[in-house]
Amino acid sequence: MARRSSGGDISYRLVLGLLSGIALLILITPVIVVLITSFTDSRSLRFPPPALSLRWYRSLFDPIQSAQIHTAAWNSVVVAFCSTTVAVVLGTAAALAIAGRRTWWAQALDAVFMSPLVLPTLAFGLAALMFFSTLGLPLSVPLMIVGHVAVIVPFILRTTIASLSQLDSGLLDTSASLGAGAFYTFRRVTLPVIRPGILAGAFIAFMASLDNVSVSLFLAGPETDVLPIRMWSMLESTLDVRTAAVSGVLIFSTALLVVIMDRVVGLTRRIS
Amino acid sequence: MVQYAKFAGDAFNWSVLGQTLLLGVKTVALTACIGVPLGLLFMEAPRRLQPILLFVIVLPLLTSVVVRTFAWIVILGREGLINYALLNLGLVAAPLRLLHTELGLVVALSQIEMPLMLLPLISVMSRLDPNLKDASAALGAGRWRTLFRVTLPLSLPGLLAGCLLVFASSVTAFVSQTIIGGGRMVLMPFYIWQQATTLFNWPFAATISMILLVSVLAVVTTLNALGRRSRALANG
Repeated sequence: MARRSSGGDISYRLVLGLLSGIALLILITPVIVVLITSFTDSRSLRFPPPALSLRWYRSLFDPIQSAQIHTAAWNSVVVAFCSTTVAVVLGTAAALAIAGRRTWWAQALDAVFMSPLVLPTLAFGLAALMFFSTLGLPLSVPLMIVGHVAVIVPFILRTTIASLSQLDSGLLDTSASLGAGAFYTFRRVTLPVIRPGILAGAFIAFMASLDNVSVSLFLAGPETDVLPIRMWSMLESTLDVRTAAVSGVLIFSTALLVVIMDRVVGLTRRIS
Repeated sequence: MVQYAKFAGDAFNWSVLGQTLLLGVKTVALTACIGVPLGLLFMEAPRRLQPILLFVIVLPLLTSVVVRTFAWIVILGREGLINYALLNLGLVAAPLRLLHTELGLVVALSQIEMPLMLLPLISVMSRLDPNLKDASAALGAGRWRTLFRVTLPLSLPGLLAGCLLVFASSVTAFVSQTIIGGGRMVLMPFYIWQQATTLFNWPFAATISMILLVSVLAVVTTLNALGRRSRALANG
């Protein structure tokens, strides 16, 4: 009996170890491969690269050669920054109204706000395009911001509702009974408690906007090119090696942002 | 309703829808097969290693979708990592065609979506009472039996939540589908985009998106209902 169970023990460990090994390999390899490829000297995406150089980074930072990429990257940052700011205000307000309520409308609103997380946002992108063109509005950066707000609000809503649930309602009553107005209570009691939640949500929302394809795909035009769409067309048409350099820059800047955010709000704890 | 009749009347449309949903199912299956063991490993790992493992797990989330897709082009390409390894080991004589195949797409998508499976799974697993496993072992159950009779049923809500997220995002992963899947594989997101922006057939594009939306909604609602039932079971 003991022998049999130890046989099962070994096979359990073996299978578990093997499958998680594959999972870890699949998770880590791509990032390393991109980083190495971005330093290639070759014109093709051969891996491993025949020689290493910084030529694609040089080409990427060249203001004339890569003007289109620079415009797209700038647009992306502007859109991500503005839409996050708007989404933080709307998302926090919505979270305050919804959190802790069990009424049917709060539940319904919660479902509506969360729907972009599971439903195809591609449909929303198309709808936004059709809506704006019915109104006769030409594609522009402000319209892109409006489109992004709708799909990034859920991230802020989720983390803010989670941190609101940690707010002791006794604190609010105490503040009110001490004569503080609703706004004063919000500023001095509620906000400090939920600030880490809002910041974590804002960070995820910012990244989601920067990375958004489904909405940008329909709202991006020659004037409103954004980075993911530009990179997509670079890959789609010519397999441009500069994409590797763009990816390298993105990976480094994200890593830097994550370290900063982790210091400020303990991001990794909050995502899980 | 003319547009819906047009969609229903053409077998091509049905095959596009079927292939798209099937892609979602295959990706979910692969992510679950390697995600669950990794989740179990995470729970058994020493406390010191857990933050490092968690970092590796969220790593894909922190790189852009386009970057992740690009990585897989380099890995799966004719002159890519896998072909390089296979050729040098003498396992194949000529480079294999891996890019623009469904297998390549499913593997790439499972990396791209893995965090969506693991985060809910780990959050449920870490709430399980560790005494249950010891109790099961004390009662003479082997580790396999404990896994299938105790740990997995109790982690089902997390697993289902993970499956839901992976399914929903893999059927709409436009960039990965068009670049790794290639032009020969027509899937719903590409079909919508093509009808809307190159053919300017907005009514039909809207019809296709509604059909995709409703199909995903149906799958999501089913999984949600299963999730509620499994939670009820798990809570006794």
